[in-house]
Amino acid sequence: MTLLITGARPYGEDAADILVEDGRIVAIGEDLAATGAEVVRAAGLVALPGLVDLHTHLREPGREDAETVETGSRAAALGGYTAVHAMANTDPVADTAGVVEQVWRLGQQAGLVDVVPVGAVTVGLAGERLAELGAMADSAARVRVFSDDGHCVADPALMRRALEYVKALDGVVAQHAEEPRLTVGAQMHEGDRSARLGLTGWPAAAEEAIIARDVLLADHVGARLHVCHVSTAGSVEILRWAKSRGVQVTAEVTPHHLLLTDECAEGYDPVFKVNPPLRTDTDVQAVRLGLAEGVIDAVATDHAPHAVEDKETEWASARPGMLGLEQALSVVVATMVETGLLDWRGVADRMSARPAAIGRLDGGGLHAHGRPLAPGEPANLLLVDPGTRAVVDPAALASRSRNSPYAGRELPGRVVATFLRGVPTVLDGKAQK
Amino acid sequence: MKRHLLEAADLDRADATLVLDTAAQIDQALAGREVKKLPTLRGRTVVNLFYEDSTRTRISFELAAKRLSADVLNFSAKGSSVSKGESLKDTALTLEAMGSDAIVVRHSASGAPHRLANWVRGSVVNAGDGTHEHPTQALLDAYTIRHRLGRLEGVRVAVVGDVLHSRVARSNVRLLHTLGAEVTLVAPPTLLPVGVGSWPAEVSYDLDVVLPKADVVMMLRVQAERMNASYFPSAREYSRRYGLDARRMGALGDEAIVMHPGPMNRGMEIAAEVADSVRSTIVEQVGNGVSVRMAVLYLLLGGAPS
Repeated sequence: MTLLITGARPYGEDAADILVEDGRIVAIGEDLAATGAEVVRAAGLVALPGLVDLHTHLREPGREDAETVETGSRAAALGGYTAVHAMANTDPVADTAGVVEQVWRLGQQAGLVDVVPVGAVTVGLAGERLAELGAMADSAARVRVFSDDGHCVADPALMRRALEYVKALDGVVAQHAEEPRLTVGAQMHEGDRSARLGLTGWPAAAEEAIIARDVLLADHVGARLHVCHVSTAGSVEILRWAKSRGVQVTAEVTPHHLLLTDECAEGYDPVFKVNPPLRTDTDVQAVRLGLAEGVIDAVATDHAPHAVEDKETEWASARPGMLGLEQALSVVVATMVETGLLDWRGVADRMSARPAAIGRLDGGGLHAHGRPLAPGEPANLLLVDPGTRAVVDPAALASRSRNSPYAGRELPGRVVATFLRGVPTVLDGKAQK
Repeated sequence: MKRHLLEAADLDRADATLVLDTAAQIDQALAGREVKKLPTLRGRTVVNLFYEDSTRTRISFELAAKRLSADVLNFSAKGSSVSKGESLKDTALTLEAMGSDAIVVRHSASGAPHRLANWVRGSVVNAGDGTHEHPTQALLDAYTIRHRLGRLEGVRVAVVGDVLHSRVARSNVRLLHTLGAEVTLVAPPTLLPVGVGSWPAEVSYDLDVVLPKADVVMMLRVQAERMNASYFPSAREYSRRYGLDARRMGALGDEAIVMHPGPMNRGMEIAAEVADSVRSTIVEQVGNGVSVRMAVLYLLLGGAPS
């Protein structure tokens, strides 16, 4: 199959045509022609490499009423993603080769993005003993990212062993940094607002203490560490310090932590309840600068679908988490591009190249992700109209759930098309299957 | 007045004063009458929706509604909505379908009344939500202070005890500030929330320094079990440092009063001889609670007095 994308602006730079054959980009240049090619007119649109998410909850198996691999894949494709890591906190937990292979196969069947399973670090996410990490790494799912996300690997000795053990697998432990003894019953960021709203506080120090501990452990054993959903200014400082010392640490920030603050908790609508919680404006500015600087390597959605009954409750009873896949790029455009903090190459780096490298998806020929827009590379790319602004309507989302924190907000940047190995998964803003 | 009373901040100074004045009018109207009942809310339905045990607050609201001739339903739904099956929303819609005009709600989750207010057309009155607020308690406390001392402006109020977990403290800080009183919070630092510095109140860790300057000492209930989470070392040490005993009561000015929202832990935060002294307004607070809640229901459901 031959595809000719005309007039797009790769990385927001000069307009060019992009010729795709057999899943690969074969040429980028002016006035390309190919007989019999399917033509996609892309004048005015920015072309970027397909996005890679390090942190998605697809809920299957176990909570197919909230999301499935297929509906989550569709949401991802509509957001411009070509690969997503599916977190392990399913039911059953993805702590065996069997479960990760099931998720991987469901992703292949859906065929909208490459679904890359994350393996649990500990059996049942219980934080007590290591899951069979090697079996998951060697399975068809080729697991490289291990995480108990939703739970912190709090036991320092167990964390040390996990960091050491995955070195043999070229793996990385993605830590949900939350000292559990400091967050018993925690409902929102601990500060002026939690004091007034009477909601138990989640102190920034509970995140920062674990990150500080873990960068020291990673340094000590010479292992790779990835920090999930960094949310505080203090965390950014610790990461900056660790990176300056040469620690092999990477980190991600979510779209919601780039945009929203704890002010959203006023009114007690649990759609804004998330873990780690929305922080202060100071923290938002710090994570934006950290992302611009590269201290934070990647934007990861922490897309967390929840059924209506799990959110339409009292704040304390509601499950934490919010949708992210379909609005992530728009939020990054609003918070990073329109503010001048990142250019389009920066967006491609933080949302595609670096997350792919962290997940070890950037090798492997045609099945690689996070590769540049260049001849010979897999044709994973998206076209975004940066000028179009739209109000987010949860009812219009492809996700099976509706818990979008952006409901009613106007955001820039409409994803017009997404291509996975040259096959359009989204055209004219519509999923192709 | 707003449609709901969810927190003390819903009342500006004029509204809060109107509630207190209305309560005073009700007291006068009923004083000495054999039949303590007004026809104001005849035909209206008030639901007491209580997710937490609270006999005192519930019967106070029940009596208030009955004295206004409203029909009263008591709906006790112990346990969280999640564990009991029916959600708060479904319960709210059920009650509304039965024609309730006001829902008085007590819930262990902070913000539950705010959620409820999104789902019903009638008025919602917060009768205590988690560790957030208990606005009618603050109103009855303000009413009691004004009645005893004749004013609120410039009155110095010490609120002593477990501020961190206290909805009474949060409502009082806000309402007393609105009404011009000066509040000082007194507690061990472990029982003050991070962020208390943003409240319109002074903070002290030393009760003995604060007492001589206080016109009002409001003691909060402190649960001895808090010591198990290391908020303080022992009940005895808490009592020694922050309890109001006869010796400390001697440091108060002549006119100063001692308040407690109840239920008291005698011997813990307050000594028996203090609770039973002439300074104590504790029993008076209970009676005033009915008048103030009548005023709130009347103003929310019946409109301003002529």
